[in-house]
Amino acid sequence: MATKASERQTWTRPTAFYNRYVKWAVYLVIVAFLLWSLYDMRISTQRLLAGWDSAVDLVTSMFPPELTPFKRSLLLKGMAESVAMAVVATVAGVVISLPVAFMAAENIAPRPVYWVGRGFITVSRSFHELIVAIIVVKAVGFGALAGVIALSFKTIGFFAKLLAEDIEDIDAGQMEAVSATGANQSQTLIFGVIPQVLPRIVGLTIYRWDINIRHSTVVGIVGAGGIGATLINSFGKYDYDYSLTIILAIVAVVIVGELVSAYVRGRIR
Amino acid sequence: MLSVHDLEKTYSSGDRALRGVSLEVTGNETVAVIGPSGAGKSTFIRCINRLTEPTGGSVELDGVEVTGLSGDRLREVRRDMGMIFQEFNLVERLTVMENVLSGRLGYVSTWKAFRRSFSGEDIARAYEVLDRVGLAGHENDRADELSGGQRQRVGIARAVVQRPKILLVDEPTSSLDPETSRAVMDLLTEIAAEDDIPVLINIHEVELARSYSDRIVGLRDGEKVFEGSPAELDERARDGIYRGADAGTGSAAEVGAQTSSDASSGEGKIRRG
Repeated sequence: MATKASERQTWTRPTAFYNRYVKWAVYLVIVAFLLWSLYDMRISTQRLLAGWDSAVDLVTSMFPPELTPFKRSLLLKGMAESVAMAVVATVAGVVISLPVAFMAAENIAPRPVYWVGRGFITVSRSFHELIVAIIVVKAVGFGALAGVIALSFKTIGFFAKLLAEDIEDIDAGQMEAVSATGANQSQTLIFGVIPQVLPRIVGLTIYRWDINIRHSTVVGIVGAGGIGATLINSFGKYDYDYSLTIILAIVAVVIVGELVSAYVRGRIR
Repeated sequence: MLSVHDLEKTYSSGDRALRGVSLEVTGNETVAVIGPSGAGKSTFIRCINRLTEPTGGSVELDGVEVTGLSGDRLREVRRDMGMIFQEFNLVERLTVMENVLSGRLGYVSTWKAFRRSFSGEDIARAYEVLDRVGLAGHENDRADELSGGQRQRVGIARAVVQRPKILLVDEPTSSLDPETSRAVMDLLTEIAAEDDIPVLINIHEVELARSYSDRIVGLRDGEKVFEGSPAELDERARDGIYRGADAGTGSAAEVGAQTSSDASSGEGKIRRG
């Protein structure tokens, strides 16, 4: 046996594809598609160079960033609105997400309820923030309300999905022990399930707040309020100095948000 | 009094875990169920409070038919059965007090449970039981801060605070060292005597079963193959339970004491816990 096995002196790594012909065929298709895409877009060096020049123009015209008292109050007003939108959308989104998460947890919800919960999550995850914001702006008009609705809606897909996955991972024994005492279903959730996922609920809320701050600066571009609206206006008026001020302010706020989020999430374990 | 008649459980996989097991447990006796792993011990005990749904037979507690109950009626009968688990199954992130008080959930409204608003009587009882299991002063510790032995004591307190009519105990010592195991068994038999309730206990350590129980039931392949006093559990009977040898013919080969060290002996048929 041993001698027979040792006679084999070649070994090739098993491929993830069926065999090497399939492997090379797949690679060939990918390369061909890449080449066709490049041809289809026809990126010319000329345009690339011209683009580079106008980019340099734009950036130089942005310096120095402008901050007159009037612009500053405009900036603060927009930024305050964005942060407020993020906070309201996070709270509203999380409140709606909690029941959806429990509905979408396979180990807790009956089958039909589970599919409804999953359905909510899928719909919420299907569209980008901006698409949702465009639709909501059409419905309720320009302003922060549209942004809050769009962000709350997106919060459901994120929060409920991740929380539902966590609920599915809980220790069933703890839940079972509570129901064995004669507790009803709600009591079993309160005593046997929620304590197990509570740190996750807090962590996800902070994390989503951080994401909502970033996104709230963007949805303004399509008219859903906040600093994004201020930014797009400044571009429209070729007021590039002020645009840079706004961009720097957004970066600063996002960094602060991320730091707070990282700190708080680090504390809950 | 708990009486079980012809209890059957066939899992959806087709696995017949219980094949018509009958048993009566009365007074304040301690009944130990022994048998190799896979014999159906856990399934049997879990079918009694319907954590696992039996597929046939009946379970009656003090004349109340448990099989077939649902909703509020099932919860009412579950309040009368205290269950203690192998892995303790405490809610890890809650305090010891909350874990003990969860034994009273069947008696409070959901809203009160949410606000942890238990009656003064329940709280006094919880303190008293904590004291009894030797955990006085630990009420504000989180369950995951405790040692294994302490956790099992909380598990026992949670069951006792229910004021159950019977204690169902599923492998209480499998996660504990031998000394702690004995302390837990002492506590369980003591409670049975003091509260005058019976204890039905799954256990794979035959020696513990012999020294602590009034009666021993042997399960093998989902069937009751032995029932008798600890003294009646001789080597032949053990062979019948653990090796499937016919206990009546006396043909069984010599078997050493069934301590956990000989789990590897035999032809691999002795499996444990």
